[in-house]
Amino acid sequence: MTRQQTLDLYFMDARWKLIDLAAFIDRVERAEGEDDFRMKAFRTALMELSKGNREKAKQVLLAFSDPTTEPIPTATTKAACGAWPGAQ
Amino acid sequence: MVSRVTDDYTHMVTAGCQAVCEPAFWAGFDRSSAAGFYDYFCQLTEHEPKRAAKFGLPHFSWLCINPKESEDLKLADDVLAIIPKFLDRPNVLGIGEIGLNKNSRNEIKVLEKHVDLAARHHQLILVHTPHLEDKLKGTRLIVDLIKSDKRIQPGRVIIDHVEEHTVQLVLDAGMWAGMTLYPESKCSPARAIDMVEMYGNEQIWMNCACDWGVSDPLAVPKTALEMRKRGHRAEAIDKLVFQNPAKFLGQCPNFKLPEL
Ligand SMILES: [Zn+2]
Repeated sequence: MTRQQTLDLYFMDARWKLIDLAAFIDRVERAEGEDDFRMKAFRTALMELSKGNREKAKQVLLAFSDPTTEPIPTATTKAACGAWPGAQ
Repeated sequence: MVSRVTDDYTHMVTAGCQAVCEPAFWAGFDRSSAAGFYDYFCQLTEHEPKRAAKFGLPHFSWLCINPKESEDLKLADDVLAIIPKFLDRPNVLGIGEIGLNKNSRNEIKVLEKHVDLAARHHQLILVHTPHLEDKLKGTRLIVDLIKSDKRIQPGRVIIDHVEEHTVQLVLDAGMWAGMTLYPESKCSPARAIDMVEMYGNEQIWMNCACDWGVSDPLAVPKTALEMRKRGHRAEAIDKLVFQNPAKFLGQCPNFKLPEL
């Protein structure tokens, strides 16, 4: 696809998602309290979007990832929460 | 498909699906004994193939104790002991989906035992990688562990649920990469196609999340439609959605599809 064709196919969808993202951040910032480690990782990940990197999706995923290599002693939960608590 | 209604089979056949491959996975709750797994393996190798056959859909399955239930080593050993009884069932493709969930020491011990089981019985391997923040670390641990067992040929292993930050490391290890499609929270059809455009269409395929969570058994045909919208040629779509999985699964003598 050319860039024009890519924009024709995906622009409206991306625009909708971007506004939804902005509204999410407004909602969080309207609410009382402090950011937790998830929101801190989220803000770090957001910065990747304005860099010139050609692999932005990969960089966003890395911003949320546990970068360590040692297994944890015991699994105490089943589910992941979306961001690495150790990053804070 | 044990978590799906019969209508899903109708929709899959209508959309052109040629076979369904169902890994042993978490039931949404922990089973209390190995006997629970025995019954589950009977369901995967006896009952579910019959249910799918009513809709003309060949059904295949993978067997294991999944990583979410691998923290209990005694239970895992008991389940590992009954798996060989089922390996000669005609619809069994191999060992899976094994892997890691939270990247714990016990999960790794159980993964090692599954890899050993696969090596001893010359089985294909299907691997679940952890989700979200745990995926990168888990994928690295899994790939290193499997690479260190020289009995396992990398081309007989598929590492599933890859994303943009893990796909290259899987392909570099000579293993197959599976992109699991979800309606929300994880890999979307558009991103899966992006990965193919960026990392190539060799040793890679797509599959549908089709479980107890929010998931869609038609995610692969819908992604094929998205590829058409992007101008991918029919042969390229066929390679990704049919030829590639058939090539990998064809390494198992049990994987036979009826002549079209
Ligand atoms: Zn999985």
